Amino acid sequence: MLDGWPPPVLDPAGPYATSVALLSWVLFGMAALVLLIVLAALYAALFGSEKLQSRVGGTRVIWIGGIAFPVVVLTVLLVWGLSLTRNLSTSAGGDPLRMRITGEMWWWRVAYLDEQGRSVLHDANELHIPVGRPIELQLESADVIHSFWVPRLSGKLDMIPGRRNVLRIQADEAGVFGGQCAEYCGGPHALMGFVVVAHEPERFAQLMRARLQRAASPMQLTPVEATGARVFQAAGCAACHRIAGTQANGLAGPDLTYVGTRRTLGAGILPNNLGTMMGWIGNSQAIKPGNRMPPYTVLSGEELTAVSAYLQRQK
Amino acid sequence: MPLASAERGKQVIERVGCASCHTIAGIHWPEGRVGPSLHGFAERALIAGHVPNQPELLARYVRNAPAVLPGTTMPPMPITEQEARDVAAYLYEMGKN
Repeated sequence: MLDGWPPPVLDPAGPYATSVALLSWVLFGMAALVLLIVLAALYAALFGSEKLQSRVGGTRVIWIGGIAFPVVVLTVLLVWGLSLTRNLSTSAGGDPLRMRITGEMWWWRVAYLDEQGRSVLHDANELHIPVGRPIELQLESADVIHSFWVPRLSGKLDMIPGRRNVLRIQADEAGVFGGQCAEYCGGPHALMGFVVVAHEPERFAQLMRARLQRAASPMQLTPVEATGARVFQAAGCAACHRIAGTQANGLAGPDLTYVGTRRTLGAGILPNNLGTMMGWIGNSQAIKPGNRMPPYTVLSGEELTAVSAYLQRQK
Repeated sequence: MPLASAERGKQVIERVGCASCHTIAGIHWPEGRVGPSLHGFAERALIAGHVPNQPELLARYVRNAPAVLPGTTMPPMPITEQEARDVAAYLYEMGKN
């Protein structure tokens, strides 16, 4: 199975998810307590002595147990719950790392932003973050409503067309955390996953530096990879996909500049290796029916191998 | 297949995603269509239409197909020799018709 998948719920790995988990447990606990009280009252009403029965009957019990108690308990829970989770979706100032995530049918567009809010690095279906630092995510949608959810790092928030929602996530340990679209968005919604990879801060800074440099310099290719680059161009892949530093500049599909380093293919659903890359390109419709990439049955075995090797090289 | 475990083989198949290209008995998703279906593989005479379907050859083939059959489209897979034997065991176990 894939690293971090399926993501466990109620197993927080950072402060925001801890708030959500605490709130969940308190709500479960209160619900259980209320159920016990109701069952006890019911028991007393059915099988209790006459004195007890007259006590659980009457308007006084309704006023106290049916109106006053719920109003007080629910108000307290509401106020407490909202204040507990308020910092999940408000900008808390300071200097958080900012990223913009756009929900697409059925994958995730990822942009790393600089201080001015300009996107400096493009990726897809994978977020790299440093450990111990809040990350402010600007959540948007390109088509229908999606919902961004990494259960171990934060709460769940909808991505709504024409609107920008803010969600903060943080990981307090290095690791790979699975995420999933949590709002039905048509066809292969269930196969719209992603991963968040949390690195130690030095390792994260190193990764970002390497990526920014990579985008600026062309790479040396082996003969097979060079053939793959030609196939990539001839088969029209560049109409939908971008590879920084090449002529491929399509924006309809996931950015492939770093696709060779991704932990998954197909938006968080397959492991990433030469074989799965070939399977995905050859016929992704058999794997993720309804996704917007056509099957490439026009490619020969050599071409499929070459273009996959070329993409595996994109790091 | 001696010293191999079909159960471990299934885990390896899921970990590296063999089913991205092959439909495999006992693996419900994905059901890849790029390579041949491996249903009934135990009774097949040839691997990839060329190589005798022998346990040792199959174990070598699933790990590094081009080394066994130059020109095949199936790529080398990131698995150990032991894992390759486990995968072969699974294909013989589940690939009975």
